[in-house]
Amino acid sequence: MARITASVYTSHVPAIGAAIDRGKTADSYYAPLFAGCEPARRWMAANTPDVIVLVFNDHANAFSLQMVPTFALGMSAHYEPADEGWGARPVPPVAGHPALSAHMAHCIIRDDFDLTLVHDMPVDHGCTVPLSIMFGQPEAWPCAVVPLVVNVVQYPVPSGRRCLELGRAIRRAVESFDEDLAVQVWGTGGMSHQLQGPRAGLINQPWDNAFLDRIVADPEVLSAVEHVEYLREAGSEGIELVMWLVARGAMADLAGGGAPTEVHRLYHVPASNTAVGQLILENALT
Amino acid sequence: MALDKPYLDIPGTTVFDTDQAAKGYHLNQFAMSLMKAENRERFKAGEDAYLDEWPMTGEQRRAVRDRDYNRMIELGGNIYFLAKIGATDGLSYVQIVSSMTSNDADAHAEMMLRGGRSPDGNRYRHEWQHGD
Repeated sequence: MARITASVYTSHVPAIGAAIDRGKTADSYYAPLFAGCEPARRWMAANTPDVIVLVFNDHANAFSLQMVPTFALGMSAHYEPADEGWGARPVPPVAGHPALSAHMAHCIIRDDFDLTLVHDMPVDHGCTVPLSIMFGQPEAWPCAVVPLVVNVVQYPVPSGRRCLELGRAIRRAVESFDEDLAVQVWGTGGMSHQLQGPRAGLINQPWDNAFLDRIVADPEVLSAVEHVEYLREAGSEGIELVMWLVARGAMADLAGGGAPTEVHRLYHVPASNTAVGQLILENALT
Repeated sequence: MALDKPYLDIPGTTVFDTDQAAKGYHLNQFAMSLMKAENRERFKAGEDAYLDEWPMTGEQRRAVRDRDYNRMIELGGNIYFLAKIGATDGLSYVQIVSSMTSNDADAHAEMMLRGGRSPDGNRYRHEWQHGD
């Protein structure tokens, strides 16, 4: 049977992808950030999963305003990197896992989450930057990816509680899939940042660090935090952090299992306009 | 019953909600069309003609021509759509974003290196009524 081995959390700042693509990771601006990512890369090299359920938001690249799904699951075998206006990133296409996607769609929709199923979409920096951060610049990504796209751009966006519950549904779906697969769930985006208006550039280090503590130790209470607190304290784009709760909800301790082990944490300011956070939580062995 | 919008009292911030999305629909769809390289070329070759293809308001067209991102956001734009205009101009996110603040791009980048804009004094509109 498939099993969820770990959850991984990371910001997906486009400038980090651009730094990798342009060979600027050793520049003085980026060197401390990439040094901070090294433990995560080493862990990932030793613990590469078969499939990543990668939770991210589309930044007006796959979905125009014509239609904005709240939760969308990628069903495809293949996802091309999007041209977001600067030209597509020079990264490999993303290979999907259609059989797992189909199984997840059946389970999760029967579990009362009315997912939108997407058979053809490009993936933007929300998906490809986390892959670059963890895997560098391979010829092909070392594992399959099932994209799960959350609307955090057009309000109203789903609540933290709903995101945590979706994570629980993902765990039930993955762990009932017959194939023997190691699966990780990645929650991406954040941390504090605001990209619009005269308040742009907002960073809230105490709030971000408390979020890191709370998502590890107290995700149920954290999931009750209202949108307006994210907006006020972590900036208008800091709301992306609700997606971390999807990954956290997929961990065994939220279904009566043992507590996860934190094997990596990073907090770094800034990358472009954004505070960068990372966590890796290994599931308790059952 | 009016929609509950507890976020309206955050200063210097426009939350992209359904009202903004309705107002900015064509502005955002125009901006998104710039994901295609051939559309970026056509836009650069003749902005007015390109903008005329989209049923935007005159104010929205003017804000695009002026590259006034605060005004575009006020008129219903969302940053992830509008960033395609900045990309077409060859700008980075820092350059696009800083243009909406009182800092230029260098001062904005310097502020970010010093830890960014503090939330203190920037949480509620009433905190901005004096000084700013």
